[in-house]
Amino acid sequence: MEMEAARRNIELLNVQRSLKKNQRSLFIKRFLANKQIVFGSITLFLLVLFALLGPMLTSYDPYAMVVTERLQAPSSTHWFGTDNFGRDLFSRVVIGAQVSLGVGLTVAVLSSVIGLVIGLYASYYRVLDHVFMRICDGLMSIPAILLAIAFMAALGPNTTNIIVALTVVFSPYVARIVRSSALVVREQTYIEAMKAQGAKSWRIIFRHIAPNTISPLFVQASFIFADAIITEAGLSFLGAGIPTPDPSWGNILSDGKSVIYTAWWMVVFPGAALILAVLSTNLLGDGLRDLLDPHVTSNKKIKYRKNKLLKMGKAKV
Amino acid sequence: MKDYLMYLIKRILSLIPVLFVVSIIVFLIIHITPGDPATIMLGEDATTEQIEELREDLGLNLPLPQQYLNWVIGALQVDLGSSYFMDESVTSSIMGHLSPTISLTIISQLVALVIAIPAGIFAARRRGTIADQSVMGVSLLGMSVPNFILGLLTMLVFGVILRWLPVAGYAPLNTGLWNHLQYLILPAVSLGTLQAALITRITRSSMLEVLNNNYIKSARAKGVKERQIIYFHVFRNAFLPILTVIGQTFGGLIAGAVITETIFNIPGIGQLTINSIERRDYPMIQGIIFFVAIAYVLINLIVDLLYGVVNPRVRLDRK
Repeated sequence: MEMEAARRNIELLNVQRSLKKNQRSLFIKRFLANKQIVFGSITLFLLVLFALLGPMLTSYDPYAMVVTERLQAPSSTHWFGTDNFGRDLFSRVVIGAQVSLGVGLTVAVLSSVIGLVIGLYASYYRVLDHVFMRICDGLMSIPAILLAIAFMAALGPNTTNIIVALTVVFSPYVARIVRSSALVVREQTYIEAMKAQGAKSWRIIFRHIAPNTISPLFVQASFIFADAIITEAGLSFLGAGIPTPDPSWGNILSDGKSVIYTAWWMVVFPGAALILAVLSTNLLGDGLRDLLDPHVTSNKKIKYRKNKLLKMGKAKV
Repeated sequence: MKDYLMYLIKRILSLIPVLFVVSIIVFLIIHITPGDPATIMLGEDATTEQIEELREDLGLNLPLPQQYLNWVIGALQVDLGSSYFMDESVTSSIMGHLSPTISLTIISQLVALVIAIPAGIFAARRRGTIADQSVMGVSLLGMSVPNFILGLLTMLVFGVILRWLPVAGYAPLNTGLWNHLQYLILPAVSLGTLQAALITRITRSSMLEVLNNNYIKSARAKGVKERQIIYFHVFRNAFLPILTVIGQTFGGLIAGAVITETIFNIPGIGQLTINSIERRDYPMIQGIIFFVAIAYVLINLIVDLLYGVVNPRVRLDRK
């Protein structure tokens, strides 16, 4: 009997070892098997390429106004046509991509970092929890775009202020997510053990609790990236965002609104770029959530389970 | 009943800290503004005495906590101060611009519900099929298209090319129901799309969750008609998460109305906000944001209380 048990143990260990070895390649395989992630990341990658390499494809200055070439339809010289000031629309949409994606990325990173720190400390110290979470509740009870508009009205329209305003607006959402998963980790025995061994609290917080909150944080950050891009475009569209004449997708659309009857291209091209950016990020976020959260059941898993149960002779699921 | 009353009181008391924080945030927004409001109002040519006098009139010379206290005491008495530029109090300005925004948000919400709930149920019943995937695909697209782009596109298609509906403008309800509605259909559709997408997704997923329960199986085994199972057994139990999303996104609807109103030229809260920002009318901006935040918090409170009515278990859970 003992021999048998020992043999089983060794077998189990071997299986575990090979599983660990395969884990990384399995993760990559699952990453590639997820159509949403693949489609989302490829589209996003192409948009980034468009933003970075676009300026090399065109010799037009996005700020140069040529009055005689106002509102020209797309052609071989002006790929996306020209705007109401005679500026080349393609080069403006390219620079707009740099601005919009740049603002989105900066806001996503900044609010992740700030939200992570706030969420972790709130979960660890009861007193801080009450203070931080009430502030977050307050900030979250004002609709995002309205709060951003208010900040922009107070600070004045420029790119740095947009980043500041959007970071303040979106950090509470990260803090909430991080806090709720950190609260679960905090109650684990190994954290108690760390405390008993006399580990410093910052060490427990950042080395032992923080890594466990990374996957929900990552998913949330991708959604904030999309939200920040939409909100920035909305603010610029209303004239409370990136100041003219700097191009951003929202600015171009705002110009396009006044000439919507004659120049469809001024609405369609920046609009399509914006939709594509948000759509691909949403896909990526959805896919990441499926990948990182084992509780979310995809259709495939359900089918697999259904087949397994059917084989076992159980009734339909 | 007693439980519910206690829950109600607790829930209402929990609003106090939130509203306190909101009032501080809203109050401070004005004070991070570079430049002195009195100078902005009077222009560059004003003398120092004039500016000083106005500062005293507006109470800007008082210490910050005192100013905050005055503002909050005013707000508690439904007095949000007076506009810098219009001979009107902020409260009456907001009230004057309220009805178009209420019409717009209610119609958008209705449009969203009429599309989303059947679509969500449809997708849940056909899970994994092409029909399901296309509903989900369309809803993902709906979540990704900003409402101002949708506004511009619907305006272009239905107003400019097809000429079915007026391009922009507004007619109050007392000019006739159809007259009122025809101006609001395009804005309501463009505003309600995001809402519809979110509600479709949550309807589908919460329907699926309930469909997996044993009592649904036993209802089927008993021979209850499928239609009755879906609408009576499943939907009724799946309704709670749907209600939550409706409540949570209502604030987004009001905020989205800010943009939609400027596109379609509707004289509501949104247009008031944008005009106030252009004029740098800070008491007005402050008042509007505070008002919307309170509306948002109250809507969520109502949704929470409705929970208890729809599902008695919630009351017990939260004790």
